[in-house]
Amino acid sequence: MSNQIEITHSFAGVDFPQLERSLRHPRTLVSSLLSLLTGFVTVVACVPLFSVLFMLIYRGGKRLSLSLFTQTPPSAFESGGGFGNAIVGTLTMVGIAALISVPFGVLAAVFLAEFGPKSKTASAVRFCAKLLTGFPSILAGVFAYAAVVLMTGSYSAPAGGVALSILMLPIVMLTAEESIKMVPHKMKEAAIGMGATQTQVVWRVTLPSAMPGMLTGVMLAVARASGETAPLLFTALNSNYWIMQDGNLALMEPTASLAVLIFNFSGVPFESQIELAWAAALVLVLIVLAVNIGGQVLSRKRVTR
Amino acid sequence: MIMTNTLDSSIVAEPNTNGKNVVIDCKIRNLYYGKFRAVRDSHIPVEEGQVTAFIGPSGCGKSTALRCLNRMNDLVRGFRFDGHVHFRGKDIYHRNVDPVAVRRYIGMVFQQPNPFAMSIYNNVAFGLRLNRVKDDIPERVESALRGAALWDEVKDKLKNSGLSLSGGQQQRLCIARAIATEPTVLLMDEPCSALDPIATRRIEELMTELKEKYTIAVVTHNLQQAQRVADKTAFMYVDTSDGGRTGYLVEYEDTGQLFEDPKEEYTKQYIRGEFS
Ligand SMILES: Nc1ncnc2c1ncn2[C@@H]1O[C@H](COP(=O)(O)OP(=O)(O)OP(=O)(O)O)[C@@H](O)[C@H]1O
Ligand SMILES: [Mg+2]
Repeated sequence: MSNQIEITHSFAGVDFPQLERSLRHPRTLVSSLLSLLTGFVTVVACVPLFSVLFMLIYRGGKRLSLSLFTQTPPSAFESGGGFGNAIVGTLTMVGIAALISVPFGVLAAVFLAEFGPKSKTASAVRFCAKLLTGFPSILAGVFAYAAVVLMTGSYSAPAGGVALSILMLPIVMLTAEESIKMVPHKMKEAAIGMGATQTQVVWRVTLPSAMPGMLTGVMLAVARASGETAPLLFTALNSNYWIMQDGNLALMEPTASLAVLIFNFSGVPFESQIELAWAAALVLVLIVLAVNIGGQVLSRKRVTR
Repeated sequence: MIMTNTLDSSIVAEPNTNGKNVVIDCKIRNLYYGKFRAVRDSHIPVEEGQVTAFIGPSGCGKSTALRCLNRMNDLVRGFRFDGHVHFRGKDIYHRNVDPVAVRRYIGMVFQQPNPFAMSIYNNVAFGLRLNRVKDDIPERVESALRGAALWDEVKDKLKNSGLSLSGGQQQRLCIARAIATEPTVLLMDEPCSALDPIATRRIEELMTELKEKYTIAVVTHNLQQAQRVADKTAFMYVDTSDGGRTGYLVEYEDTGQLFEDPKEEYTKQYIRGEFS
């Protein structure tokens, strides 16, 4: 054995490097151990995620049926029912929040990235946005309560939307700024060289090229907002009715949402409502997933357009 | 000219000594980036229907001079220009002139291919849309792509992203994009530096074809390339005498004349390869 190694190492007086992997080398050993460790930690990190998913599908999947989407929640001793109104409520409020936060966030990001990246205003705004990402969501609720609920005199979907938009805004803004900054300078230079004004450069080159990244940010924000409960407790409250009643849009009434429904029903001692909470949690996860996939598909289409 | 006439192009060009029309008459007295004087005392006329090459060692201000011709330097903070650039007799640095309008007449192809992150078709149609051209966009896109010798390679995949092309194809796409709006002058800053010899050859052939319709000014590091494509050559050099690194024009001549019988000592040394 040792003889053989001798031979492979020195052939006709020329030294050959040892290329074979050998566990006897400390370096290879450490490297293999570290690979093992990272693999193990990854698996451990996935355990909570998959156990939550498993429980959601196991407990929530049982109640999955069409009536969930078409009916309103049952009262304490009833069985059956659904949470169609809460789905609509969540979609409405997240939609309102997106309508507010996306234009503001994107335009602010254009300012941060393109017009005054180094100005005092920009660094102040950026700092505030970063603070706002860690803003306790319940405070967003309190703010919207004071600003919208007290002003309009009622709990409502727009109040919930405003509260959620405060949480979405910094995410949209910061990711949009990052993706605008990622657009290569040479691309903008090309547009300027063709006689594009600064506005045209932003609208026709920078924003379309940054679109995939910005969409990802919006998706992240939507995912965060749809799961928020605390800000809605103060602003949209809850409701057992549809937001559309007899053809009238009851926008300025308390509005149901999946998150609040889960919060309410998971704490009650009634089996039917607990089951409904599980099903609602599953549906919420599926909605967020669908929005994410939709965003990915859209952004991929945009790139090759 | 298919664009809105913001800049009056009807003014007759100044005649040059040998009878050719000078489209752009560029006279740089002093050009500063902040406190740094980058170029001084250079007078470079660009003649109609000709290829004018800018050669010289790195850092001598070739790109700077070229980018003066369509006011691309305006984007640089601290840029100051003393001199004039007469485009068909009009000073494009006059305070009433809109640099955006200038760039629509004087297009630019950059050193690095820089297609937009959109389809090949939309890349070429971009300038047309900027100029609010509504008619015959597909035809114009096709003829621009043919003009850039790219049509046969991309005609079946116009919807693909411009970024999916090879480097040489991307550069020809950029040329197609620049000529789609039929500019009067095309500026090219080392258009072949990122390309292999074959793609380089194609672009050189292209320049020779394009000068039938357009006036071209090109920066190049490659002396053979200048000899192959250029009718006129401007040799710039760096002056370090006053402690700075200021570029200036040493010699401007017919290409043949400049390479065979240069008047200036620096030019001789440079084309003999004694410094780079
Ligand atoms: N945006 C800028 N800001 C400050 N200085 C600059 C800028 N661009 C160029 N310069 C300086 O101006 C001088 C001329 O640069 P320029 O890019 O015109 O050289 P060049 O002849 O094109 O060189 P190369 O052949 O390497 O491209 C250099 O000293 C350079 O450092
Ligand atoms: Mg250069």
